[in-house]
Amino acid sequence: MTSVTVTVNGASKTHQVEPRLLLVHYLRETLSLTGTHVGCDTGQCGACTVLLDGAAVKSCSLFAVQADGRSVTTIEGLAKDGKMHAMQDAFWQEHGLQCGFCTPGMILSACEILERNPRASEAEIRTGLEGNLCRCTGYHNIVKAVQAAAQKAR
Amino acid sequence: MKNIGDPLPRVDGPAKVTGAARYAYEWQVPGMAYAVLVTSNTARGRVLEVDASAATREPGVLAVLTPQNAMRLPGPTQGEPPDRVVQALQDDRVYFSNQPVAVAVADTFERAVHAALMVRIRSEPARHTVRLEDELANAVPHDLIAGGRSIPADEARGDVARGLREADARVEQTYETPPETHNPMEPHATVAVWEAPDRLTVYDSTQWVFAVQRKLARAFAMPKENVHVIAKFVGGAFGSKGSPWSHVLLTAMAAKQVGRPVKLALMRPHMFGMVGGRPHTRQKLALGARKDGRLTALSHQSASATSRFDVFVEGCALQARHLYACPNIESKHRIVRLDIGTPTFMRAPGEASGSFALESALDELAVALDLDPLELRLKNHAEKDPIEDRPFSSKSLRACYAEGARRFGWEKRSARPRAQTREGMLVGMGMATAAYPGNFAPAQALARMNADGTALVQSGMLEVGNGAYTVMRQVAADALGLPVEKVRFDLGDSTMPEAPITAGSISTASVGSAVLLVCRALRQRLEQMGASGAASYAEVVQRAGGAPIEERSKAAPGEERKRYTMLGHGAQFAEVLVDPELGMVRVARLVGAFACGRVLNARLARSQLMGGMVWGIGMALHEHSVYDEKLGRIISRDLADYHVASNADVQSIEPILVEEEDTVVDPAGVKGMGEIGTCGAAAAIANAVFNATGRRIRSLPITPDNLL
Repeated sequence: MTSVTVTVNGASKTHQVEPRLLLVHYLRETLSLTGTHVGCDTGQCGACTVLLDGAAVKSCSLFAVQADGRSVTTIEGLAKDGKMHAMQDAFWQEHGLQCGFCTPGMILSACEILERNPRASEAEIRTGLEGNLCRCTGYHNIVKAVQAAAQKAR
Repeated sequence: MKNIGDPLPRVDGPAKVTGAARYAYEWQVPGMAYAVLVTSNTARGRVLEVDASAATREPGVLAVLTPQNAMRLPGPTQGEPPDRVVQALQDDRVYFSNQPVAVAVADTFERAVHAALMVRIRSEPARHTVRLEDELANAVPHDLIAGGRSIPADEARGDVARGLREADARVEQTYETPPETHNPMEPHATVAVWEAPDRLTVYDSTQWVFAVQRKLARAFAMPKENVHVIAKFVGGAFGSKGSPWSHVLLTAMAAKQVGRPVKLALMRPHMFGMVGGRPHTRQKLALGARKDGRLTALSHQSASATSRFDVFVEGCALQARHLYACPNIESKHRIVRLDIGTPTFMRAPGEASGSFALESALDELAVALDLDPLELRLKNHAEKDPIEDRPFSSKSLRACYAEGARRFGWEKRSARPRAQTREGMLVGMGMATAAYPGNFAPAQALARMNADGTALVQSGMLEVGNGAYTVMRQVAADALGLPVEKVRFDLGDSTMPEAPITAGSISTASVGSAVLLVCRALRQRLEQMGASGAASYAEVVQRAGGAPIEERSKAAPGEERKRYTMLGHGAQFAEVLVDPELGMVRVARLVGAFACGRVLNARLARSQLMGGMVWGIGMALHEHSVYDEKLGRIISRDLADYHVASNADVQSIEPILVEEEDTVVDPAGVKGMGEIGTCGAAAAIANAVFNATGRRIRSLPITPDNLL
């Protein structure tokens, strides 16, 4: 067992974990933050996307120990003071979700896209979200939601 | 007050955007153990030995279930079709590659995965075949199950041979669609908790809690009331969660054997084979027409793959029975047995694969006749069902053609292939007709008026992305005359009134009708008790003692189903750009106009249709469960190798809702929209590819190598 200390959604957490514990299972099983989903186990679907020091990463492809000393934001940490993040609100209002399973990862990836480039074009949004699959499949409204959130931030 | 038709944002939206929505695997119970499947690497034969000795010595490993030590189920593992035959370690037979042959159970997920990797399987392989062509000679007719009823394998009217002889132009071609895999984003998952030796609670990722309840009760020889199945959110399904598969029984068995609650999620590679898929099809089309375009013969013969041990028939040739006016029609279904997992219903089962063949053939006929493809379809518009010789409950296909063509700009299409280019790309336009049955199955619901004037409405359907929580609330609010905020709709629990499977575009029509009827009944009862308008409901309940007033109702199809053919219709238009040097195809635009009875919520309806249309892009260009014939196994078994449309593959998707009133189809006037967006979409794209390149691709997916 190894000790890890991770700042998750602003709060410092310390746990003894097995070195082979994946970050996604640390979040889901140890911390009960089940909004981060497991879709493919191999880094292709993006359902497990979280922000690691602000960068969108696939938490199924990282060990918990790799997050030691770093900061993780999950979907549960996006709302502030009971108020939804603009991206969350936009996904709801623009109907950028159906079954909702890809939604948390999609939202966090979208946050990072706008963080890097608040004026991302439609094509840049589509390419930026290429690593987040939606099978239902709501890509059209997802892009609209990201655009709406960008508009609001300006 | 009117809520139906309002584009109300999803009531489950906040839960889904904040991570609060709880899917099956996320239910936590103290003492939980974790199970991981071990699957076969041979496609046929017997398991001689499962060596779990090393695995069981590892710390935290609770058990490894094998064909030798797994509990014997006291009851049968299969019920009436379409319940599927499953493999629950009850014998040593291997029927397909990736079949479960052991289950590792440990106190953590990591330890269970590790144990599963350490299990050694020794098997005796037998000769297998997974190639449709190899067994085509042994194809046999088989009746189908579609929309919850049995349909004959073959139907015919007139004399197709004569119709072909009399034709001025003929198209006789074979089309092929590959095996595909549903791949919902949420892998199948089950949590099994034995509350007592004969009482089981299961959280399952399913499209039908009642099927899961029945299967478990039957297998464990318990009254069905002793099995409680809960599914509040399902992360996509598309047919793959319509039947309780092997892992559901295995999870309950594992929980029983280790004496702890057990949770199991399939890993993505496990989803290729043991939980269904769209079968490989080979379809022969023969069309004949007069010079003016009127059809004289329409023959659609389909052969689709199924497993050795169970039957699924892909209803490819069903729409040929109802879609076009033609005096001579034949429609036939054959099955071909292979050493594969049993295929199953997959979004627009039958219609998606079948419309690719039929609508491609019509496009070829249009070329042969030198007619516009849309005009050809208009010339053969069926005013009544051509085989059943009866009216449609409603049909607005002409309006779909007109509206779709106008929005798409069909008049800009050049009939000659390779005639248009844009920025170095070949531009092509194609179209196809879409049709999907207006299904309706018996459904029950309850409605309860509380003393505070709020209502609770329940039915055991599922939220799989369809928007059930939202539309049912709208239907209920309307019928009760309440604002939507005062109505709660709850679902996904086997203790609720029984609903049909949430699949086949059945659900909104059926449960919507049940909710409508039960809320009308409750309103009537409250009015009899003295209520005058919704504002007085609370007072009436309080005056009667304060206990909630409850009504239960059932909606069921009747004799009208024999008098009318019920179909939703649509028209799909595609514009593609093809790179002349690389053969890469991009779908620049998809426009689909659909008429499916009453629209309960335009926002949700549009998103269902868009989803279906994007599935058409996947079917046309990407999706293929590729078998290694020697190993008998799907080798494209993750989301890197099995390609689904990604955001960057999608450009403009425009669904159009065409108004349609249907007073016959069901009390809610609804024809479901979950599937129809996929129908015809792949054909429209393939026809556009022909228009762009002059190359007719009759086998999907259309990959660049086909166009070079």
